[in-house]
Amino acid sequence: MSEIYTLHVNGEDHEVRDSWIGENLLYVLRERLGLKAAKGACEQGECGSCSVQLGGRLVCSCLVMAAAAVDEPIVTVEGLAGDDVPTDVQTAFVETGAVQCGFCTPGLILAAHHLLDDTPEPSESEIREALSGNVCRCTGYGRIIEAVQRVSVARSDRSSNGGDA
Amino acid sequence: MPVVFPSSLAEAVAAAGERPDAMVLAGGTDLMVEINERRRSVPWDDGAVIAVGQVPELTSWTLDPSAATLTIGAAVRWADIEREPLCSTVPALAQAARTVGSPQIRDAGTVGGNLATCSPAGDGLPVLAAYDAIVHLVSANGRRSLPVHDFMVGVKQTALAPGELIESVSIPLLDGWQGYSKVGVRNAMVIATASACIATDLPSGSIRIALGSVGPTVIRCADAEALASSGVDWSGRSIDADVADRAGALAASASRPITDHRSTADYRRHAVSVMVRRLLIRAFPGAAS
Repeated sequence: MSEIYTLHVNGEDHEVRDSWIGENLLYVLRERLGLKAAKGACEQGECGSCSVQLGGRLVCSCLVMAAAAVDEPIVTVEGLAGDDVPTDVQTAFVETGAVQCGFCTPGLILAAHHLLDDTPEPSESEIREALSGNVCRCTGYGRIIEAVQRVSVARSDRSSNGGDA
Repeated sequence: MPVVFPSSLAEAVAAAGERPDAMVLAGGTDLMVEINERRRSVPWDDGAVIAVGQVPELTSWTLDPSAATLTIGAAVRWADIEREPLCSTVPALAQAARTVGSPQIRDAGTVGGNLATCSPAGDGLPVLAAYDAIVHLVSANGRRSLPVHDFMVGVKQTALAPGELIESVSIPLLDGWQGYSKVGVRNAMVIATASACIATDLPSGSIRIALGSVGPTVIRCADAEALASSGVDWSGRSIDADVADRAGALAASASRPITDHRSTADYRRHAVSVMVRRLLIRAFPGAAS
């Protein structure tokens, strides 16, 4: 059991030692690397709480074999914001009250960033579809959708103002 | 390292030849659930897992316009199939792709994984069956190709031999309306209670009807297909409501559903008749379109 492999998480290399090969990426992130943002609930890809970006794709980290994720960059919520300044999506979630218990929030923040990077001005149905893999049992989703819409509007205002707003 | 990362198809085939019992890992969306739930153990020795998700030959697709054939590599993901240009090349498969799990699942799961798992509820499978798709297999002993219907042997059972990999699936492109329909408890993140695909081909005057989640593997409905293709008005692209009803009923009687935790056999049979009738009316809307 002495195999060592390296994961590229949030721009840094992390060595993983003494792990079992079947360990999923969620477990390795949380229990071996101490990155606790991604949450574990269903461990079968149903809830989206464990969403991370892997090679630019949004995936459930519970369904990624960690030892097979060595070639691609991994981004968790911890790697989104720099110097403790929240991202625009994180700020919008706080301002709209899109967070209640907070368990689903890291996955939703990543899903929202993923959507807005790909589709800067999504319709409400596009937002609902893009977030359909992230289950929230508190908010009823209304404020989450509002948060995404708020970021979309703010980004488009900023770009039409020459980016200095 | 227990996980092998072949950089070409030849390396993947060699790895599978050396370890015919190795686990083949593509998107992981089925395999990791089994591992997480400890329904499958993973041996800790060299070559126990072959990660095929980055093999260039498997992650690409090719369109051959002269043969009117689309060949999709086994590790092409659903997220790629639901988007252009594949979306308008194989619309029914793209519709099915969009119903697979969630965006997270579609960004990981692959068409080859759907085939290899061969769940009765695999969303891509009824569409591939309606297309008369061909599955291409490769091993150290060479290549062979099977109609998708022969590849699917039973519930989670395929014709794959030990040491054999799915290379690709090729789809003869059709000229006509095609669509996929799925019944489940919600729109997203749902395993099909029942599903159906209809694919039409105007030049040959054929209508293919395939059902998912209502039998051990996909069911093609020969009687319903014959009734529909002889009963529609091909030039006016219309279908009598009565013909659509009867085709739906024939499809329902061809289905072999079971009662389980997701639904009852009766409901599934009913869902099949409704889906097939509606798909036929969408395919042949007549003056309404």
